[in-house]
Amino acid sequence: MIHTIFGRLDLSSLSLWRAIQDPTVSELVAAGAATAVLLGALVTVSLLTWFRLWGPLWRDWLTSVDHKRIGIMYCALALIMLARGVIEGVLMRTQQAFGLHGGFLTPDHFSQLFSTHGTIMIFFVAMPFIAGVINYVMPLQIGARDMAFPVMNQISLGLTATGAALVMISLVLGKFATGGWANYPPYTGSDFQPGPGPDYWIWSIVLAGIGTTLSGINFAVTLYKERAPGMTFLRMPIFCWTVICTSIIMIFALPPLTVAALMLAADRYLDFHFFTNDLGGNMMNYVNLFWLFGHPEVYLLVIPAYGIFSEVISTFSGKRIYGYMSMVYATMSIAVLSFCVWLHHFFTMGQSANINAAFGIASMAIAVPTGIKVYNWMATIFRGRVRMTVPMIYATGFFYLFVIGGLSGVMLANPVISYQVHNTLFLVAHFHNVIIPGVLFGLLAGYHYWFPKAFGFRLNEGWGRAAAYLWIAGFSFTFLPLYWLGLHGMPRRSATFSDPAFQPTLWLALFGAVLILAALTCLAVQLWVSIRDRDSLTVPLGDPWDGRSLEWSIPSPPPEYNFAMQPQVAARDDFAEAKTKSRAYTEPEEYEDIEMPNNTAIGMIICVCATLFGLALVFWMWWLAALSFLAIVLSITLPTFLTETTHVIPAAKIAAEHRAWLDKVKDASAVDRLEETQESNLGRALLERPTRIEAAE
Amino acid sequence: MSEHNLHPGLNLGARHGAAHEGAETILFGFWIFLMSDLVIFGLVFASYLTVANPTGAAGGPGPAEAFDLRSVFAQTVILLSSSLTFGFATLAMRHETGRRSIASWLIVTLFLGIGFLAMELRDFAHMIDVGAVPSRSGFWSAFWGLVPLHGVHVTVGCLWIVVMLIQLATLGLIPVVKMRVLRLGLYWHFLDLIWVGIFSIVYLGGQMR
Amino acid sequence: MKDPDHRSEARLYLAGFGLALTLTLIPFALVHWALLQGRTLAITIAVLAIAQIVVHLRFFLHIDLSRQKREDLQLILFTVMLLAIMALGTLWIMGNLATRM
Repeated sequence: MIHTIFGRLDLSSLSLWRAIQDPTVSELVAAGAATAVLLGALVTVSLLTWFRLWGPLWRDWLTSVDHKRIGIMYCALALIMLARGVIEGVLMRTQQAFGLHGGFLTPDHFSQLFSTHGTIMIFFVAMPFIAGVINYVMPLQIGARDMAFPVMNQISLGLTATGAALVMISLVLGKFATGGWANYPPYTGSDFQPGPGPDYWIWSIVLAGIGTTLSGINFAVTLYKERAPGMTFLRMPIFCWTVICTSIIMIFALPPLTVAALMLAADRYLDFHFFTNDLGGNMMNYVNLFWLFGHPEVYLLVIPAYGIFSEVISTFSGKRIYGYMSMVYATMSIAVLSFCVWLHHFFTMGQSANINAAFGIASMAIAVPTGIKVYNWMATIFRGRVRMTVPMIYATGFFYLFVIGGLSGVMLANPVISYQVHNTLFLVAHFHNVIIPGVLFGLLAGYHYWFPKAFGFRLNEGWGRAAAYLWIAGFSFTFLPLYWLGLHGMPRRSATFSDPAFQPTLWLALFGAVLILAALTCLAVQLWVSIRDRDSLTVPLGDPWDGRSLEWSIPSPPPEYNFAMQPQVAARDDFAEAKTKSRAYTEPEEYEDIEMPNNTAIGMIICVCATLFGLALVFWMWWLAALSFLAIVLSITLPTFLTETTHVIPAAKIAAEHRAWLDKVKDASAVDRLEETQESNLGRALLERPTRIEAAE
Repeated sequence: MSEHNLHPGLNLGARHGAAHEGAETILFGFWIFLMSDLVIFGLVFASYLTVANPTGAAGGPGPAEAFDLRSVFAQTVILLSSSLTFGFATLAMRHETGRRSIASWLIVTLFLGIGFLAMELRDFAHMIDVGAVPSRSGFWSAFWGLVPLHGVHVTVGCLWIVVMLIQLATLGLIPVVKMRVLRLGLYWHFLDLIWVGIFSIVYLGGQMR
Repeated sequence: MKDPDHRSEARLYLAGFGLALTLTLIPFALVHWALLQGRTLAITIAVLAIAQIVVHLRFFLHIDLSRQKREDLQLILFTVMLLAIMALGTLWIMGNLATRM
């Protein structure tokens, strides 16, 4: 009876119980993490109750289908998960620093750490952060009122949150997988890991992956069908081009992951033999399928970061982007090439040298379009009106560090070198070197850049600078030494080591990890300080950085309907041109009613049901799995019988809001770029365009 | 075909107003979804082919012992006919011959779909009898990962037809219902297209060894 | 079916059905009566399957080369290209691995 209800969930699944039974350091650390999750949840719930915020939270956020709010929720999810991922990373560096013949964590615990760290950082930090920025910015940049499918957008968020929730729950109930973020069978098959760990991985990835595929469809359709009149493809900001490429990858590269994970699930649950050692299974099929997804995935992450850097660099250099067309071509060719290189993740599998050579050459070829982009960014800065604000500091760090990471990538693309350094810390250094300066710096730059748009006030500059410098220094100290260690043969994913010569370098890496922790703290303090001082940082007029694209032409924060009247786009960087030709901030002849989608709870219902579904499958509670699956089906089907799904915002209300804002814009004094980060910047930019640049353009 | 095609597939035509306009975005999105699904099927096909060899079969029963080509041929004809009847349902909607004729074509399609599934299940039962089960070998795992995946899609399609029949009765031919029938049509034809791959590669290909 | 457009469109569906049925019958017949063997049979089946897929796309899914639908034809071709890279690449790699095992 108990087994029917609770499946294989029992007392020993609780990590707190395990720590009481067996109080080793490793178990105590695990129990500490579980306590932190439980306390965090408890504190959140009590704060929400104390300040009576449940109603607003439900009405304004959780049931909202507004792309801007959904985007902010994605980013919030990503930042919370980032904190967990960084803490895990620091813990791993600490273990390895003390890991000469020992350390304080068991190898099993260490394996869980790198598995959750990788899974979280890729799927629940980078992906939601990117989805969040795209959600917020892309519709504004193309002059759309919302995504093409607002409700589906909410469902995507719900499914991503489901995956993140399952990974968080694994801290309290059961254990996560120990097979790394790639979770290779047969090690993760039921023969070697019968416990719930790999199942947590499978269901969090599959459910979040479905959400990501739906997001990709949504982004692509929005870009194809919802652009404002005059916004031709070649007038779109570079960021939107990168979103096209990212959505292509989301749509076509997530299926291999879904296929691989579901096949692994079939192996584990239904005694299939896709990837087993015996009876004709072939684990290399998994490796192949996983990297068919895995390689495009890293481009899914970095391409929008390129887009963010393009916007940031062009804005803070006061110039339009150099080489627009070459940027577009480079981005598109990276997206397509990213589907042609997956084998470089398993050169050592044992296929013929010809295949390795072909994929090695294809991998090196990616350096060409990437190089074009780097040169274009440098040419954009050249003779620009450069301001070293926080996003530009990240961009500078990105230039130096990302080029190093890219060069080590070209080295790894050579099968001969890859054989030598395979499975060493060299590889760990390489991919952190592209993902942190590339993706994370890009996202943090975008966070600083668009924060004033989203909330109506700027982020504190001092704490932001501190965070940026600490990220750059922390990254360099943590990961550059790992190149050396890897070349000297220190394997990755190893809790301990036996060569004392590695000791000093690992201490150096730990020092770097502490700097990264400090950087994260600075980000948290910055957010707190900025919220406290929001009155002196306010930029309600909407254009604090002398922006160039449409999102800066509206108030900050933007109204629900984004644009009071549909923008008519006449040029690339339309808002910059509108400001020079004095057609910005104009009042339309007449306002029209705007029809907007109603709030709905579908996304939240699916999130809750899918989380239960995942948990039920992880712990073999079949009745709950069936029930929650049925609930998901019904919550998708039943709402289709509703026909009243939109509401109308009357023209009079829009006119009143828009006119009030226009009046404020007219009264405000425009600030020049020297005052950009000062209190006088209310979001109205003074036109200052030196004639020299004008001529050069 | 009319000159005002807004999206691929059969367009309703300008006289359908909102349903025609709205279909542009929503059908384009659905096409992209189908293409994503196509990649899923394509990779499952590829995985199937990598184990369709003696190593993958691991000494278990081969395809020739477990497949019944006559039944597969019947399933193929049934599914093909259901594509035709769904086409007639879409045409009835496009030319506004009334709810009753749309619904009756949909019901015919539904019965053909159920007939297809019934025959497929009978084949599966036969396979289980001769020991061609997924736990037997990598080859049968791949088979059971591929063909039932199509079967599950057909089942979803059948349920969708039922939902559409209910909506035709309760909501009537309002624009959203029309757009859903259009999407269901694409889905149904798409499944027939996948089936061409299945009977060619799995069933006919299986007889060649 | 009083509408002449309706009738001609229905006839188009019937034509597609007839073509598809023929393209189904031939390979089944080839296999059933063992009219062709080995490589020739495999290639014939593949060609007929591709022909039938084109028939389905043309007559049931209404994909053609007309101007308005270029965007969508491109989508399909692009998908086919990516799928070809992924699926053929998989077969290439795994096939090569199998011969070297």
